[in-house]
Amino acid sequence: MSLRTLAVLAYLCLPACAFAQTDSPLPSPAAVPAISAGDNAWMLISAALVLMMTGPGLALFYCGLVRRRNVLGTMMQSFAMMAVVTLVWAICGYSLVFAEGNAFLGDLRFAFLHGVGAAPNANYAPTIPHLTFMIYQMMFAIITPALITGAFAERVKFSSTLLFSLIWLFLVYFPIAHMVWGIGGYLNPFLGGKIPVFDFAGGTVVHITSGFSALVTAIWVGRRVGYPQEPMPPHNLVLSFIGACLLWVGWFGFNAGSALAASSLASSAFVATHLASAAGAVAWMIAERIRNGKPGALGAISGAVAGLATVTQGAGFVQPFSAVIIGFIAGFVCYTMVAVVKAKLKYDDTLDAFGVHGVGGFIGCLLTGVFATRAVNDTLKLANGQAAPLGAVDGNPGQILNQLIGAIIGIVFAVVGTLIALKVTSLALGFRMSARDEDQGMDLSLHGEEGYNFDS
Amino acid sequence: MYKIEAIIQPHKLDDVRNALKALGIDGLTVTEVRGHGRQKGHTEFYRGQEYKVDLLPKRKIEMVVTNDRKDEVIETIVKAAQTGKIGDGKVFVYDVGDAIRIRNEDRGDAAL
Repeated sequence: MSLRTLAVLAYLCLPACAFAQTDSPLPSPAAVPAISAGDNAWMLISAALVLMMTGPGLALFYCGLVRRRNVLGTMMQSFAMMAVVTLVWAICGYSLVFAEGNAFLGDLRFAFLHGVGAAPNANYAPTIPHLTFMIYQMMFAIITPALITGAFAERVKFSSTLLFSLIWLFLVYFPIAHMVWGIGGYLNPFLGGKIPVFDFAGGTVVHITSGFSALVTAIWVGRRVGYPQEPMPPHNLVLSFIGACLLWVGWFGFNAGSALAASSLASSAFVATHLASAAGAVAWMIAERIRNGKPGALGAISGAVAGLATVTQGAGFVQPFSAVIIGFIAGFVCYTMVAVVKAKLKYDDTLDAFGVHGVGGFIGCLLTGVFATRAVNDTLKLANGQAAPLGAVDGNPGQILNQLIGAIIGIVFAVVGTLIALKVTSLALGFRMSARDEDQGMDLSLHGEEGYNFDS
Repeated sequence: MYKIEAIIQPHKLDDVRNALKALGIDGLTVTEVRGHGRQKGHTEFYRGQEYKVDLLPKRKIEMVVTNDRKDEVIETIVKAAQTGKIGDGKVFVYDVGDAIRIRNEDRGDAAL
C-alpha cells in the first residue's frame, strides 16, 4: 500500500475519531441509543449465517448420514423448522424469551412483534434495530429443535416431528433461553439473574437442551428396525461433508454474532470458534487413527462440529488457546461417547445429536467456568466499577459450580419437557412410523417423493 | 457352441475386453455384480461403528462362442484377468443348445 493511499485512508478515518473524542466526555447517551450501520450490517449477516446452519448446513450434514430412502424426509425435518419455528417465534416465542416477565419466562408484550421496530432494545443490543435482534435470535430457535431430529432420524412421522418440536419449544427452549439470556432471567448474570451462568452463544440454551432431549427421544422411540444387527452406513458422505463445512462457516454468525455488535469481542469469539473447530477435527482424527488405523472424513467433520458445539458457551469469554484446549477435549470426549459408550449401551441416537451436542454442550459449559476471563470479556462489573473475575483462570473457581448448576437446570428442563412433549404427541398423533413405512423409507411413505430418481 | 461366463475384478474389465477384441470376439454382455468367494470382504468405520462389507463388486462377462474358439477365449480371459491374488474371479463354461439371431432368424453358429 502506498503512502498516498495510507494518507487518504487516515483522512477518511478522521471524522470518526473526532466524533469519538467529542462524544466520550458527554453524559451517557443511553437515553437516545444510536443505530450503528456497522453493527447492523454484521448482525444481519450473522442472522443469515445462522439460518444457513440449519438449511442447508444441518439438513445436508444429517441427510448424508441416513440411508438413501430417507434423504428427503431427513432434510425436511430441518427445513420444516425454518418455516414453522419462524412463525411461532414471531407470534409469541420472541416475547416469551426476551420480554420482561418473571425469572423463568417473558410476558407477551412483544407478541405478534408488537413494539418490535427500528428503535433498539437497549437491554440487549443498543446499537441495532430491535427487529435485527429479534430475527437474529429467531435463527437459534430454528436450529435447536432441528438438532434433536438427528436422534430419532429415519423412524418418526413428519406430523409428529412438527407437533413434538412445537411443544418442546414452549416447555424447554423458551424458558431456558429466557432464564439464560432474557432480562431478569434466573441464570442471567448480566441482567439481574440469581445464579450467574455464562453462556455466550447457547452452549446451554441450544446444545445442552437439544442434546439431552435428543437422548430422551432416542430411548423413548426405540431403535430403528434392524439396528444394530443390520449394517446402516451413511448413504452419501459427500453431502455430509458439504453440510459440515457450511455449519463451520455459519457458526461464525452463531458465536461471533452473539457479541451483538461488530466489536472486538466479536473478533475474539470468531477466533475462539475457529480454533476450537480445528482442534476438534484434529483430536477426532487422532482418536480414529489410534483406534481404527485410519482417520476418516466423517471423523474429521464430526470432530469439527464437536469442537464448535463445545466452544459455543465460552466463545466470547475465553482466550484463543483456551479455545484450542476446549476443542481438543471436545474431539476426544465426543468421539469416545459415540464410538465406545453408545455402542456399549446400544441406544440408537442415530446421528449422534446427544453424543456431539449434548456431551459437547455439557463439557463446554463446565470448561467455560474454567477458562472464562475478564481479559476477553469485561462486561460484568464489580460494585467498584472494575471488571469482575469470571472463571477459574481469573481466580474464581466457584464459577465451575455455577456453570454446573446451569447445566443441570438445562438438563432437567430438557428431560422433563421432552417427556411431556413425547407423551402428548404420542397421544395426539402417535410418534413412530409403522414398521412397514419405516422399511419403505420416509421419502415415499411420508412425502410421496424420492430423493434420487436414477431412472428419470 | 459354448457359453463362457467370467466373473472378474472390476478394474480388469478393460484389459479383458481389449484382449477379446484382439482375438476377434465382438459380442459380449457385461453386468455389474456383487459376490464373494474365498476373498474376504473389508471393514468400514463410521464414527467408530464397524461395518463388514463381504459382498464385493465384480464384473460378469458373458459370451457364446463356437466350439473351435472355446479354448483360446478361455485362455485369453484368464491371462488378461489374472493378478495372482485371491479375488481374481472364476470362469464357467456351459453347453449351449442353440442360438437365434432375432433380426433374420439365423440359427446355430451363423447366429453368433
